[in-house]
Amino acid sequence: MGGSAVISAAGRTLVVGCPDWPLVALGVASDESALVLGAGRVVAATGPARAVGVALGQRRREAQFLCPEVRVLARDEDQEARRFEAVVSALGTVTPWVEARRPGRCSFGVRGPVRLFGGESALVRHTAEVVDAAVARIGAGVPVGTATGPGCQIGVADGAFAADLAARSGGAAPEHSVIVPRGGSPAFLGPLPVGVLLPVGSSVGSADGSTDLVDVLIRLGLTTLGAFAALPVADVLARFGTDGLDAHRLASGIDDRPVGHRPAPPDLAVSMAFDPPVDRIDRVAFAARSAAEALHERLSARGMACTRVVVEAETEHGQRVSRRWRDEGVLGSVAVADRVRWQLEGWLHGPPAVRPTSGITRLVLAPDEIVPASGRQLGFWGGVSAADERAGRACARVVGLMGPGSVRIPEWRGGRDPDDRVVLTPFVEPLGEGGSVNCPGRGGKPEVEPWPGALPGPSPAAVHLEPVVIDVVDAAGAPVGVDGRSRLSAPPDRLIVPQPPAGSRPVVAPGARVVAWAGPWPVDERWWDPLRRRRRVRLQVVTADGTAFLVVLTDGRWTVAATYD
Amino acid sequence: MFDTGDVSHPLPQSLLAEAEPFDDLLPEEAFPGDSSPGKVGSRPVLWAVPSLAEAARRVRTTTLAVDRALPVLEALDGLLPDGLRRGVTVEVSGTGARSVALALMARATGTGSWAVVVGDGDLGLAAAAEVGVALERLVVVDAPGREQWAPVVATFVGAVDLVLVSPRHRPSIGDVRRLAARCRERGSVLVNLSSESSGSPGVGRLVGDWPGRLDLRFSIDEAVWDGPHGGQGRLRSRRVEVSVTGRGLPTEGRRDTLLLPGPSGVPAHP
Repeated sequence: MGGSAVISAAGRTLVVGCPDWPLVALGVASDESALVLGAGRVVAATGPARAVGVALGQRRREAQFLCPEVRVLARDEDQEARRFEAVVSALGTVTPWVEARRPGRCSFGVRGPVRLFGGESALVRHTAEVVDAAVARIGAGVPVGTATGPGCQIGVADGAFAADLAARSGGAAPEHSVIVPRGGSPAFLGPLPVGVLLPVGSSVGSADGSTDLVDVLIRLGLTTLGAFAALPVADVLARFGTDGLDAHRLASGIDDRPVGHRPAPPDLAVSMAFDPPVDRIDRVAFAARSAAEALHERLSARGMACTRVVVEAETEHGQRVSRRWRDEGVLGSVAVADRVRWQLEGWLHGPPAVRPTSGITRLVLAPDEIVPASGRQLGFWGGVSAADERAGRACARVVGLMGPGSVRIPEWRGGRDPDDRVVLTPFVEPLGEGGSVNCPGRGGKPEVEPWPGALPGPSPAAVHLEPVVIDVVDAAGAPVGVDGRSRLSAPPDRLIVPQPPAGSRPVVAPGARVVAWAGPWPVDERWWDPLRRRRRVRLQVVTADGTAFLVVLTDGRWTVAATYD
Repeated sequence: MFDTGDVSHPLPQSLLAEAEPFDDLLPEEAFPGDSSPGKVGSRPVLWAVPSLAEAARRVRTTTLAVDRALPVLEALDGLLPDGLRRGVTVEVSGTGARSVALALMARATGTGSWAVVVGDGDLGLAAAAEVGVALERLVVVDAPGREQWAPVVATFVGAVDLVLVSPRHRPSIGDVRRLAARCRERGSVLVNLSSESSGSPGVGRLVGDWPGRLDLRFSIDEAVWDGPHGGQGRLRSRRVEVSVTGRGLPTEGRRDTLLLPGPSGVPAHP
């Protein structure tokens, strides 16, 4: 499979990518230092920020450590989708078969437009102009296509995978776009690292189906796509299964669609009617989710999954919008629901010329291309079990109900205080069908790492998110303080609690008497940094009713940080 | 086996008790471009697939008796000698309620069950890890609003084995009844963390009034900490008297004395 000229089964495709679209959508100039956070991690960063070392996928703290004055913005997916919808509809003048992938990326086959514009380079130039004009019209205020701004990236190759990589490897269009000649995909893909097989946004180390494959390949020494493509197909299929076969086909430049793809029969489409017409996004989003789940169920009852879906919406006055959506791999129900929401957001809240004049009455989701669903192998040990999948699906559903960030999974980090040791990160549904809360071994046992000044075990069972301010007084009624040598001024005798807000129970019973206490344990963190210095003294107290508390003195104020419930 | 779709393995008739009417069978003309060589006879490839879910349902093993209860820590053997029966609604109240709740979840999460905590932002996760709860199978969910509480909890009750709730608003009787029925049907355990006695933590927690039937009720009657004295030492362990009452237990319930937490963090017998 290492032939130099391979007739690819995939047609010539052009991919348009607007790098750092989250930033463009928020109207950030590309010469200031800024980054966008999504789900606690960096999803986009400007040039000056990248120059200091900020990279995608880092956590907020790491990025701020590298670049303290960077402007941190929260991701606004709806805004991104809305603005990108304008770009995609502008591209509709070039060809009607534009496939949107996600905000910031879209593609189309070039066979028709090439004849119209006379050549691929001319097509690339024209597309770049259209996209630049559309972005400028959005009014984002970003200098597009200049020396400071990346503009849009365009790549043309056989198949969307190679075209996507061509777009990413090229520079600002149109002068620096990469056009891979017909049959030249293997040569172009050969030297690229196998990491490009991963879906955008994930990285080796986050346990996911596809990252396992890449992980194994790297450890076997097959670090480039060319080396992977040189393996015999039968062996790859035997060792890695269909996922590996799909990846092998991608790496060889043969086809970028999963094995066994076929056009979908028309009876798989799901349509929903709204009466009265809906023009509020949240109601449409809810309907989108249920339609996507119905579609997913209909497909999985046949053992199929869809890789391309056409979303159509119609209003009362007969206005219509229809768009094809596809992405790498298979579109799960969450992915489809997201795309429906993006499309409708962009339409209902788009520029006045495009906006419909009444609410939506009909929504149709039609799978365009389906593949047999390979399903997840339910492993006996170490793999994804049925319980993991069920839990993952429930988490995804609740995220849909309550919003992102409401469902979190703990990760052991280690620290001095009980609130530091375990950190909660938002649950994120992995792309593709099925989904399990990854990964086994992530939580991990507490590691024995030296944390000087750490509070000794056992840890308190209740760590108050909002520490309750109290007064600790000695037998004479004077407040207890700590001197420079971390000695208490007097043994604590009572905990005095201020009046709790009406209707809530006090954390500490009023007038609790201290029967036993231990401490004080001082900790002085970052004494060299006047801005971030943290000095506090901790004390364990046991009150008369047998409850133990952890009280902390900071800046002359005592608070109940935790209760040994 | 069912992956490439080019080679089909028709399921043996013995697996299917009755013939399935394939009324959604698609004619071969629907796939003009399909060039799969491995069609069995003249049947299209999709034949085997609609029976897949059905066959999976039939070959699933029957539930063993041991699966009807979740395992619990050794220290709790005195209170629950047969483990934590699936499908029950449990209430844990009093000082130390959270420690008891975590102890109930510890061994089950270690053996593959998932646990979800809904609406208890104050739960100490380091303590959970020390008691023995597997953090990789624990999910923490923010407190849902009043209307969303029941749907969110119901979503998890069907999907995970242990759900720990701490509602701020009193749930309605209908919701509670439906949740209990769902628990029984799906084999999940619902644990309600409540605070009854004064002086116990829980700002804004529901005051011990679960409007429904409780299968098990845990409460801590006495707690004595061992460790600190006059500024020396540290909190080491707590000697508690735990009592449990409910269905399937003798009328006066069961009592036991435990170290919760024990000297090593894990609950133990004194």
